[in-house]
Amino acid sequence: MATLMVPENLVYERPHSFTDAPTHYCPGCTHGVAHRLIAEVLEEMNLTERTIGVAPVGCAVFAYNYFDTDFVEAAHGRAPAMATGIKRCLPDHIVFTYQGDGDLASIGMGEIVHAAARGENITVIFINNANYGMTGGQMAPTTLPGMKTTSSPDGRDVETQGYPIRMAEMLATLDGAGYVVRRSLHDPANIRKAKKAIRTAFEVQERKLGFSMVELLSTCPSNWNLTPVESLKWLEEHMLPFYPLGDYKVAPAVAAAKI
Amino acid sequence: MPAKGTIEVNDLYCKGCELCVAACPPQVLALDMERLTPKGYHPVHIVKEGCTGCAICALVCPDAAITVYREVTKAAAPVAAGG
Ligand SMILES: Cc1ncc(C[n+]2csc(CCOP(=O)(O)OP(=O)(O)O)c2C)c(N)n1
Ligand code: SF4
Ligand code: SF4
Ligand code: SF4
Repeated sequence: MATLMVPENLVYERPHSFTDAPTHYCPGCTHGVAHRLIAEVLEEMNLTERTIGVAPVGCAVFAYNYFDTDFVEAAHGRAPAMATGIKRCLPDHIVFTYQGDGDLASIGMGEIVHAAARGENITVIFINNANYGMTGGQMAPTTLPGMKTTSSPDGRDVETQGYPIRMAEMLATLDGAGYVVRRSLHDPANIRKAKKAIRTAFEVQERKLGFSMVELLSTCPSNWNLTPVESLKWLEEHMLPFYPLGDYKVAPAVAAAKI
Repeated sequence: MPAKGTIEVNDLYCKGCELCVAACPPQVLALDMERLTPKGYHPVHIVKEGCTGCAICALVCPDAAITVYREVTKAAAPVAAGG
């Protein structure tokens, strides 16, 4: 075996755009997969040196420790506003936010809608895990009808707690949005598609084609009370039917760029 | 003959989540119950022959803990993970 481990046989290694720090995420949490895909894309596009990430409040609050790029930490939900300011001051940098569904679709709903409506030339990576992970699994705007969380112990009752919000579909209605898609992280084929979408989103920004967002369906094994492997199955069975994968906005200029 | 491959798992990152164990097509992975990582997890390791170097384990690993090697032959040129 040992003779196989030579540089010419190398097929895959940890992205160089990561720092050496191990993440604090729970074992098997697909936040880590999303991080890895972003890191791979930044490395492949040779963007590490001129990228600025904006971290959210939520489980990804320490994202700045893991990417070997510049990073800032936003107040809860305000990442798109901070990214707007940074991008406008430093237009040649690649600026992306990384946000959970509580951060983006609850407290930060105003910021994300207006950033998309203004067509800010930033990229948003949106992690939809159907709950507030960091604070102990409370109901999020994305929690499925009937889904039990710590703040909807009998299951989300849409009569009193409202219906979940499909962010990709909603933002796609805004003229400022250039590229808005939903992908999932639950199996190898979908992880590959997610990576392609992240690549496209960064290409859209690089070519100044407007606001881009990739919504990623993601697991939260700890708060779903499932093993990491069971969580992938749960995502597939319960989240996919409610949150269909697809391209919700590919603006004519983006389609014409044939990325 | 399928391609011959192997993987190296970094103890600093592996959290023993078993996502790679479930995803590995020839099912050659398992947790090493004899060892603990510095974080206190049982790391994953290869338990039998048959690794093809397909890199699917690395593709699903949330902790970028896996390095994949594959013997270069004309019949089986390496395909990058996530391609
Ligand atoms: C102003 C403010 N309000 C509330 C909180 C508490 N809080 C911390 S993280 C969080 C939600 C996190 O959920 P999400 O954005 O879905 O990210 P996840 O942890 O699931 O990745 C909340 C409400 C806070 N830190 N600051
Ligand atoms: S609480 Fe949930 S979302 Fe947060 S790191 Fe753990 S599994 Fe992931
Ligand atoms: S490279 Fe492929 S065959 Fe080898 S351990 Fe990983 S998933 Fe299994
Ligand atoms: S997927 Fe990664 S972290 Fe999980 S057991 Fe395999 S190597 Fe370890």
